[in-house]
Amino acid sequence: MIALFACLLLLLIGLYAVVTKRNIIRIIIGFSLVEYAVNLFFALVGFKHNGIPPIITHLGQSRSNFVDPVPQALVLTAIVIGLATTALMLALAMRIYEKYRTFDITEIRRLKG
Amino acid sequence: MDARFVPLFVVIPMAAAFLIPLLAKLWQRSADLIANAAAAALLGISVYGAASLVTESQVLVYRMGGWAPTLGITLAYDHLTALVALAVNALGLCALLFSVRYLDHYTGRWKFYTLFMLILAGLNGVTVTGDMFNLFVFIEIAAVSSYALVAFGTDFDELEAGFKYMVIGEIGGTAILLAIAMLYARASTLNMAVVSQVMAGFGRTPLFWFIVGAFLVGFAVKMAMVPFHAWLPDAHPSAPAPVSALLSGVFIKVLGVYAMSRVMFNVFGLSRANAPAFFNLLLGFGVVSIVAGGLLAYVQKDYKRLLAYSSVSQIGYILIGLGIGNYWGIVGALFHILAHALGKGLLFLTAGSVEHATGTRDLDKLSGLEKSMPVTAWSYLLGSLSLAGVPPFAGFFSKFFIIVGAVSAGMYWLAILAALFSTVTLGYLVSVVNRAFFVRKDREPTAAREVPASMVIAMLALLILTVALGVGFRPVLDKLVGPAAQNLIQGLGYARAILGG
Repeated sequence: MIALFACLLLLLIGLYAVVTKRNIIRIIIGFSLVEYAVNLFFALVGFKHNGIPPIITHLGQSRSNFVDPVPQALVLTAIVIGLATTALMLALAMRIYEKYRTFDITEIRRLKG
Repeated sequence: MDARFVPLFVVIPMAAAFLIPLLAKLWQRSADLIANAAAAALLGISVYGAASLVTESQVLVYRMGGWAPTLGITLAYDHLTALVALAVNALGLCALLFSVRYLDHYTGRWKFYTLFMLILAGLNGVTVTGDMFNLFVFIEIAAVSSYALVAFGTDFDELEAGFKYMVIGEIGGTAILLAIAMLYARASTLNMAVVSQVMAGFGRTPLFWFIVGAFLVGFAVKMAMVPFHAWLPDAHPSAPAPVSALLSGVFIKVLGVYAMSRVMFNVFGLSRANAPAFFNLLLGFGVVSIVAGGLLAYVQKDYKRLLAYSSVSQIGYILIGLGIGNYWGIVGALFHILAHALGKGLLFLTAGSVEHATGTRDLDKLSGLEKSMPVTAWSYLLGSLSLAGVPPFAGFFSKFFIIVGAVSAGMYWLAILAALFSTVTLGYLVSVVNRAFFVRKDREPTAAREVPASMVIAMLALLILTVALGVGFRPVLDKLVGPAAQNLIQGLGYARAILGG
């Protein structure tokens, strides 16, 4: 339960950073926090107390303590997707800096929104 | 009926995206050929799939690797999938044909085609998948490629729009991932059909509505309904014109409307009867989108920005069609997916032509293009008549069905609003004709030449499809849109169709 609240807290901190920060790099860090809060939550879905890896080592072994391996596989996929998005965001941030010579989003406002 | 063709929807564009960078090193122009050939093949199998569904009319199920549901990924192909795949691939082919000459003033031709193919892979993947996490992965494939394509021009506006789009879009994507995580925690499976059976036995608890809400936020961002629309009027105009056409025409509908309908109707089994609050919420968002998008479109000076606000407004029509929730409302919404994909795709291609020929999109600087670019001007005019809902074009029937649905549900005010705002649509779309295509008294016609043949063919193809869809609406309605609406209305019957097959 505490772990779930930690996830929620991490998510809220990340969202706060995305919404309020003016520096592009900080926005990207905030987004990474949001993403990792969700990944952590997803990994916790498969958590079990006294769980063991889901590998059958001998015949007749009880399978009731096996942790669910699916969320871990999914989180790995989500992390890879997150890597791609973060890399693209940083690449965009670099190109923005080359053009505007600033990371401050309040100065990057040519479009009317 | 053999379902072995279903994985090709993902395989073909993925293979093309892989081959284009390799062969472009040897021969620059090979990228044009591969991309167009792949898009033509995709359109071919969507037509083949739709035709075989019409004759046999049963859901086609393909199990990846032969694994049974709950273990492996299932691909499903029903009438709704067929309808959306047709819209995606028809517009995809026209946009790619248009790109061949349009890209003359861009560098990095093969990068463009690779990203475009990845978007097509993502969109086709979203339509055929029957697995929740697979849905998320395809959404992200399409979304990440679209961020890169929006920023493709790498000038001031493109970079700003790309970054803004990316941050907002990724928050939406993360909301979808969070919802999938909670869904998995309840259902312990990711197969949509099995999830829907588990969720049917799960009461309407606060957790249930929280999952629905997280999905709704994610899809709302992807489809740019007001008030989640802030990125769209920046992002769609900043992309190269063929990409704008694809983004406005099908991207927001596949990732937003189609994915949302599939999850809400077929996985959660929501219907007007058992969840009126949810459908009223959709109606509310739809009405706000129609009004805000339509009025904001009026004041735009940028050709493509005006069209982008129009897309927000037209998404509102699709939403009220779904929100009405009866047969005719959903038929209207699905018909509008087709009609708006063709119509708005066509309008964005004309915007690309005008930009290609004159170098500007500023409506205040254009005048009298009808003389020099007659095909573009007439394509624009007829396309906008279709979108505004003038018979006998396709857009008329979608709005007509939505109004029929509203009246038969007793929502007369909604019918009046839908009719009223189709005149607003006509007003702002025709204002472009007045400003750009007719000669204005106070200025000389802008010097321009009609665009090259391949771009003209792409526009004419979309125009012919728009007219054909309007004139021949009856067979499309009976064979494709009607059964597709039934796919949604039957709700949890989707699971029986998939698992029984």
